[in-house]
Amino acid sequence: MSTKETTPATSKAAQEAAPTPLIPIPRGPVPQAPPERERRTVEITIDGQPVSVPEGSTILEAARKLGVDTPTLCFLESLTPVNVCRVCVVEMEGSRTLVPACSRKVEPKMAIKTDSERVRLSRRMVLEFLASSVDVSTAPQFAGYMERYGAQPQRFGPTAATVKQPVKIDNDLYVRDYSKCILCYKCVEACGVDAQNTFAIAVSGRGFSASIATEFQVPLPESACVYCGNCIGVCPTGALMFKSEYDMRQAGTWDERAQSQTTTICPYCGVGCNLTVHEQEGQIVKVTSPLDHSVTHGNLCIKGRFGWQFVQIEPAESKTE
Amino acid sequence: MILLWGSNARETHPIFFHHVLKGIHNGAQLFVVDPRRTSSAQWADKWLGLDVGSDISLANAMAREIIASGLAHTKFIEHATSGFAAYREHVEKYTLERAERETGVPAEAIRQVAHAYAQAGSAQLCWTLGITEHHNAVDNVLALINLALLTGHVGRYGSGVCPLRGQNNVQGGGDMGAIPDRLPGFQHVENDELRGKFEKAWGVKIPPKRGWHISGMLDAMERGELKTLYCLGENPADSEADRHRALKLLGGLEFMVVQDLFYTKTAELADVVLPAAAGWCESEGTVTSSERRVQRVRAAVPPPPGVRDDAEIIFDLARRLGHDWGAPNSEAIWNELRSLSPMNAGMSYARLEEHGGIQWPCYDEQHPGEIFLHGRLWQEPLLGPRAPFSVVEFEPPTDMLDAQYPIRLTTGRRLDSYNTGVQTGRYASPLRGPETIDLAPEDGRQYNLHEGERVRVTSRRGSVMAPVRFDPGLRPGLAFLTMHFPDQVATNDLTIDAVDPKSGTSEFKATAIRIEKCTEE
Repeated sequence: MSTKETTPATSKAAQEAAPTPLIPIPRGPVPQAPPERERRTVEITIDGQPVSVPEGSTILEAARKLGVDTPTLCFLESLTPVNVCRVCVVEMEGSRTLVPACSRKVEPKMAIKTDSERVRLSRRMVLEFLASSVDVSTAPQFAGYMERYGAQPQRFGPTAATVKQPVKIDNDLYVRDYSKCILCYKCVEACGVDAQNTFAIAVSGRGFSASIATEFQVPLPESACVYCGNCIGVCPTGALMFKSEYDMRQAGTWDERAQSQTTTICPYCGVGCNLTVHEQEGQIVKVTSPLDHSVTHGNLCIKGRFGWQFVQIEPAESKTE
Repeated sequence: MILLWGSNARETHPIFFHHVLKGIHNGAQLFVVDPRRTSSAQWADKWLGLDVGSDISLANAMAREIIASGLAHTKFIEHATSGFAAYREHVEKYTLERAERETGVPAEAIRQVAHAYAQAGSAQLCWTLGITEHHNAVDNVLALINLALLTGHVGRYGSGVCPLRGQNNVQGGGDMGAIPDRLPGFQHVENDELRGKFEKAWGVKIPPKRGWHISGMLDAMERGELKTLYCLGENPADSEADRHRALKLLGGLEFMVVQDLFYTKTAELADVVLPAAAGWCESEGTVTSSERRVQRVRAAVPPPPGVRDDAEIIFDLARRLGHDWGAPNSEAIWNELRSLSPMNAGMSYARLEEHGGIQWPCYDEQHPGEIFLHGRLWQEPLLGPRAPFSVVEFEPPTDMLDAQYPIRLTTGRRLDSYNTGVQTGRYASPLRGPETIDLAPEDGRQYNLHEGERVRVTSRRGSVMAPVRFDPGLRPGLAFLTMHFPDQVATNDLTIDAVDPKSGTSEFKATAIRIEKCTEE
């Protein structure tokens, strides 16, 4: 971008005079960010098709570039991959085991199969184990994945062990229904170094008794939780749910088809966080944030995510006490 | 390196602080200057717990140390600044020892932050109301700008000075000319050519002189020069320092209109109340954030029955006054603004949508907006006027501590609440307890208090009752209150309206109080 001067402001006299607000500052050059480090291109083949991506990309990114739809549960663009759900696994030529597409970086000449019988079987088993032990009824992606891989979780019979447990409702902002938790770690990551850095939750216990927990399993109001709700924002199964949504689902009034989503700006501090307002019948039912915006990366604070009640109090109630 | 000065961004700008945390995880150093050891300070490499209002002494001592150690950016100073000789001579008096005495910060800590700031490859100097809610607010800001000029930490990628704005559109209000001396785009009302452009476009004469800021308006009410007030989306009856005086003056107006979402304390004093829609979710328009990013707000829900958009109300009012502006259309209004304000000219609604907001200035529809300002200072040859150093002297807060009022009260926000609580008072935050007067545990012991006990807090202007909470982040002699719950604790009954003559900001951050144990209420 070239410098375009609009005012003859380089004269000696103009420069020595103290700047005055009466005279606008001249237009300068367009500021530039330093150029990004150049990345080499790596060529691999996916299902026989060649594709080139920048060095450091993952197999998942390469697959997406080809339009190959890869299922993911524990993966999210804004979080560090933890490789726990194994639903994205693919077959890599020369590798004894299947590899997770979400985190495995591309290497030159890699040959990947995303839909081999081995991959399909593995994905089917993962989905069956999860769906037989966890309530996936509010996980938006699950039904599609199960159909695609012919998963039959009921084949383990009615006595298959489950993680069923009572819903935890200990505050007015969000509920935790760990009967729906697939232990994808996303909430732990969002509460930790990937976003909020509050570290209120972690995985506790091992094997089938592993669960997401606050310190010493205390209720949220006694924990370190600051109610940013960034864990809800990343939860893929509805285990973490806005109280507003939970109550409407319980009452049978939650109707996503009748909802609109509008992105606007948070009414509080000056950071400029994008809010996506979910509306049903003229009422706000929940607030989220777009994952791909440079300001929030999908994250909000307690005020942005929950502080919207003030716009929908009925006039009769809104008199100052 | 990030130097956070008078800001508790962890709680007041949480998503900005996410970006700071990313920097910290990537190896950036964080220094926090704040009288309180806040949750932001807990992330710092070093916390400088200075006495309230001693910022200039600290900044000047840092400058002296930087110069004395040969760490000043001589090339930048010669190329792009003016007034350095006088500045150098002035800060020479601010030795580390003197600053330690005036600020309470150990000399070694001042030396460390000075060296770290001057030697950083890039450094951001960010501040909030801890710098500006003082009787010498502008001097405080100038003292910080001096440091950026001294080290060349301005006008470069990753280096700059940044006031973190406290409201979603306080920057946009300024951009649009809602300040006493500017028209939209910061064009000075006293510049005939610039004012003439607006007069021509609008077909009216614009008063050629600056108006009052809010503190000036209160003074004008006192002098009887201001008798009518039209108040949009502001609750001065709760938010002004020395509330008793503000209430008396607002109550004494001949005529007041309040346009607001709620029947606020100020609305109770009004002759006419116009119920207005919520700008962020019931109407269309733009706001400007702290990083000068202009973004669209959109109507997501309809306003309640009988409640109207601000623009509709204003258009209707204009019609009653004999000017038919047609039906309000936010994009048309914005396009008119773009035609008059060069810094917004390239920001069409379509481009704002496409880019997720654009940072001003954006001069035309090919211009990408500017990710940082003041790059001109590095141009060869220098483009535009030199950036001046300012000679600023330390002055302690107006409300002096003495034997009767020995404790320094400062104010601020808590994570889940906002200003006078008009908006945040209406959601069920699990973090919210009753408002407390936060004291250092040491002071609690000295006054023989226990947590939860209600005490009387008295300043030279007023007195309130509040329960005690101990905060180990407070040093002995320092107390903290918010103004979120004026119905529980009317903090502004205590604060002083010592006003900075340059910005009109009151010294909310420094009140002299005493704490009294009481047996009855």
